[in-house]
Amino acid sequence: MRARGMADRAVKWITWGCASISLLGLGLITVFLFREGLPLLRRVPLGSFVLGTAWHPTSAPPSLGILPMIAGSALVTAGALAIAVPLGIAVALFIGEVLPHGFKDAFKVAVEILAGIPSVVYGFFGLVVLGPWLQTRLGLPTGQTALTAAALLGVMALPTVASVAEDAVAAVPESLREASLALGASPWETMWRVVLPAARSGVFAGVLLGMGRAIGETMTVLMVSGNSPIWPPSFLLPVRTMTSTIALEMAEAPVGGLHYRALFAVGAILFLFTLILNLVGDLVAHWVRRRG
Amino acid sequence: MGEEEGMKRRKVWEGLGLGLLGLAAGGVMIVLGGVIGFLILKGGSALSWEFLTSFPRRGMSEGGIFPALVGTGYLVLGTVILTVPLGVGAAVYLSEYARGGRWIRIVRVGINSLAGVPSIVFGLFGLAFFVKAVGIGVSVLSGALTLSLLVLPVMIRAAEEALRTVPEEFREGAYALGASRWQVTRSIVLPVALPGIITGAILAVGRAAGETAPIMFTAAAYYAPRLPRSPLDEVMALPYHLYVMATESTFFWKTRDLQYGTALVLLLLVLVFYLTAAVIRARMRRRKRW
Repeated sequence: MRARGMADRAVKWITWGCASISLLGLGLITVFLFREGLPLLRRVPLGSFVLGTAWHPTSAPPSLGILPMIAGSALVTAGALAIAVPLGIAVALFIGEVLPHGFKDAFKVAVEILAGIPSVVYGFFGLVVLGPWLQTRLGLPTGQTALTAAALLGVMALPTVASVAEDAVAAVPESLREASLALGASPWETMWRVVLPAARSGVFAGVLLGMGRAIGETMTVLMVSGNSPIWPPSFLLPVRTMTSTIALEMAEAPVGGLHYRALFAVGAILFLFTLILNLVGDLVAHWVRRRG
Repeated sequence: MGEEEGMKRRKVWEGLGLGLLGLAAGGVMIVLGGVIGFLILKGGSALSWEFLTSFPRRGMSEGGIFPALVGTGYLVLGTVILTVPLGVGAAVYLSEYARGGRWIRIVRVGINSLAGVPSIVFGLFGLAFFVKAVGIGVSVLSGALTLSLLVLPVMIRAAEEALRTVPEEFREGAYALGASRWQVTRSIVLPVALPGIITGAILAVGRAAGETAPIMFTAAAYYAPRLPRSPLDEVMALPYHLYVMATESTFFWKTRDLQYGTALVLLLLVLVFYLTAAVIRARMRRRKRW
């Protein structure tokens, strides 16, 4: 009897340890990004790092301004959201409110696959198909533009928005729909004026998580956006994001040097930003669940 | 405005709204089908047994993807070995042992936050921690450790969902016979939840196989003349190989056929994982008799 109790307690603590590893990982990520990145601020003031518009990390003396990259990430993310949010919400409503039961799961699997296609494959597709197509269509000097990246990121962030929004739509009580229909509202009116407003916090959480997905995406942007830190950025020009800067330059930055530290500092900013997006999204989703 | 006109307008909106929803959903499916169909069409001709089983030749302008396939296999294997026990353990705690409260809430927030960390940040962390601080170096092991952290939330969520679908009556029945919590978990809950746990593992594998950014600085080699002999060797990997071939190799415009082939292999690999997981899930749902 006693041995059994001990085994039980041992398992409890072992599994507790497993559950805590995610937190430990998150803590270690924080510590190591800042340990490698923070020493930069002893040499370069935060203001000129974040607001500087010139990025010449290897010239002497180097200029380390990441504003073009921050703006590039913002531009590409905004473009991606302009695609992913309306389409994601439409897909969520389509799955939740329109599709008959037998087809829901199949459609959800398709959306899951859309999310599962590796980013390097999306990047390759953009490189050989979408980029050249946009180039000839719009008469651009190059097809590797912020627009190309935004279009692909929109497709990649869509499943995130759609699946979180779909959960929120499914959580809307059936009685609301029935009441709306009984009052004479049509199916579309019920969806648009009753279900969607009732699910709005969940939809908002989906948008935040989709935003995190878009801003953190690396390989696709790296392959299709041309990677020039042009200031100010524009949709029809090549663009450089924070993620692609790290991916592109880390291999050639001497360990411990200023360039290396700057890239880690970019990573730390990116990490903090997505962490805040996730925490807010998580809080909103949690709040929705509790209220529901 | 007459009542009839109002009705007409409502009908127009009705058609427009539902039409737009259908259009959006159809458009998304067309994009999905388009990407997959295009790669099958263009990459199909490059696929052959020789392509899968031979080394790259002549500065990667000819030959196959064998070392990249093997490398991805090793990375994924390492990731599974590390992730599955940890993920299942975490899920067992969250579903069977935890009683709620603030700590559990913090753990959950931690898991969700980890899921949202950008893949390139995992790459940076892997470089700073596993490669440099721990001193493992650029290797299969560093890559697998980094990937494990990345896919851990996927594994935990799937396993926990699987555990939670086991009906409470099963547990109660076993408790009534005098079993301890661990005995109930081990001999009742885990076996019943096994298909769901396997699904989670497959999804985690699919995710790990396709990731590039986390292994760029921790495991991946531009070119390796031989297969890795130990977990401490660096390896070629399929997604990184595709990236290198498409953008950095000397004659990247001359090897498009090889690139299409590589992209198709990677895509099919991931599709097989996702579809397998979907089939297991669907069968589970149909078989369920409780």
